[in-house]
Amino acid sequence: MALDKPYLDVPGTTIFDAEQSRKGYWLNQFCMSLMKAPNRERFLADAKAYLDEWPMTQAQKDAVLARDLNRCIAEGGNIYFLAKIGATYGKSFQQMAGSMTGMTEEEYRDMMIAGGRSVEGNRHPGEDGSAQPQHQPQGSAAKAGF
Amino acid sequence: MARITASVYTSHVPAIGAALDLGKTHEPYWQKVFSGYEYSKQWLRETKPDVIFLVYNDHATAFSLDLIPTFAIGTAAQYQPADEGWGPRPVPTVMGHPDLAAHIAQSVIQDDFDLTIVNKMDVDHGLTVPLSLMCGQQDKDSGAWPCPVIPFAVNVVQYPVPSGRRCFNLGRAIRKAVESYDEPLNVQIWGTGGMSHQLQGPRAGLINAEWDKRFLDRLIAEPEALAQVPHIDYVREAGSEGIELVMWLIARGAMSDHAPAVKHRFYHVPASNTAVGHLILENT
Repeated sequence: MALDKPYLDVPGTTIFDAEQSRKGYWLNQFCMSLMKAPNRERFLADAKAYLDEWPMTQAQKDAVLARDLNRCIAEGGNIYFLAKIGATYGKSFQQMAGSMTGMTEEEYRDMMIAGGRSVEGNRHPGEDGSAQPQHQPQGSAAKAGF
Repeated sequence: MARITASVYTSHVPAIGAALDLGKTHEPYWQKVFSGYEYSKQWLRETKPDVIFLVYNDHATAFSLDLIPTFAIGTAAQYQPADEGWGPRPVPTVMGHPDLAAHIAQSVIQDDFDLTIVNKMDVDHGLTVPLSLMCGQQDKDSGAWPCPVIPFAVNVVQYPVPSGRRCFNLGRAIRKAVESYDEPLNVQIWGTGGMSHQLQGPRAGLINAEWDKRFLDRLIAEPEALAQVPHIDYVREAGSEGIELVMWLIARGAMSDHAPAVKHRFYHVPASNTAVGHLILENT
């Protein structure tokens, strides 16, 4: 019998469950390695060579090189692990979160100061809130990724 | 005997730690956050806990995907602030209370909650940011936290996380465990994380102040009913990372069955991506 997964239909959201975790195991474990300063230095010096030391898929490596967190999550990454990539590049959690919306850093920061993203229209598929597929990307960021 | 006298609830946003560590506390943006903790620092100095039982979640720091304990109790003598990728926070070493921690582990496991026992781990912002908020800035070398801390880590990173009901009942078992400890210790329990926030995907930045305020009301007045709320409601209404709020139910479950005294309540949006909620409840 299939497991009950009521969280699969939340717009703009990927829940990190056992299935995602299995898919992203090496991607996330690579991220853990960035908790050591010498590893961060090696990664910054040659990211591609560093990634090639890990048994990650090419799609995972490409997503990391593009610093595209939405793609990393689609490949099984979890944001708390992925945050270590951003930290290595000196980015804050706000810069990382904002980079997944298509907004510029300033646009995202302003949205948060104004009270954050409303839940209205963003609870279920088919509604018309800002996180729904028909409204992507949301801002004027020139590229995906941070 | 030992007793739990009070509970503290607070968000544990990493940017709050960064604001403290980088000297940004006087910026208007951060002043609004820190103003909510002025009373709390005074309250903590006056209530002088002997031990703080601190419920938090590890953010892929001590626990990678190699090992994912649902509930982990720290029984070590001390814990170092972790390097989460930005370098370790410049805050004091966290001293543990191995004897009380081992006592609680034994009692709670015999009460059917299967804890993981941790004798060695570093602690991340989930644990150190609440300490900084409640104790004020402490120098790494010349400063110190006011008392020993028992870290209690809850998995809220990989689904399924424990249910609200399970957390609330675990709190009750912790209360019973503390009360069976012979030494007359003044123990506080802190529940941390939340409130509404989402750090991922096109829905990042979600805040639901109405839901958060209702959560605070119910946490005070009807925690057992609040504990029945299913995970999906947290995710849909308070964002994927809003699920951290189940940890507050552990602290609430550890309080007495009588109505608590509400000593302090604070709510502010935003700190970085997150709604900051904070409560102090005392047993009456």
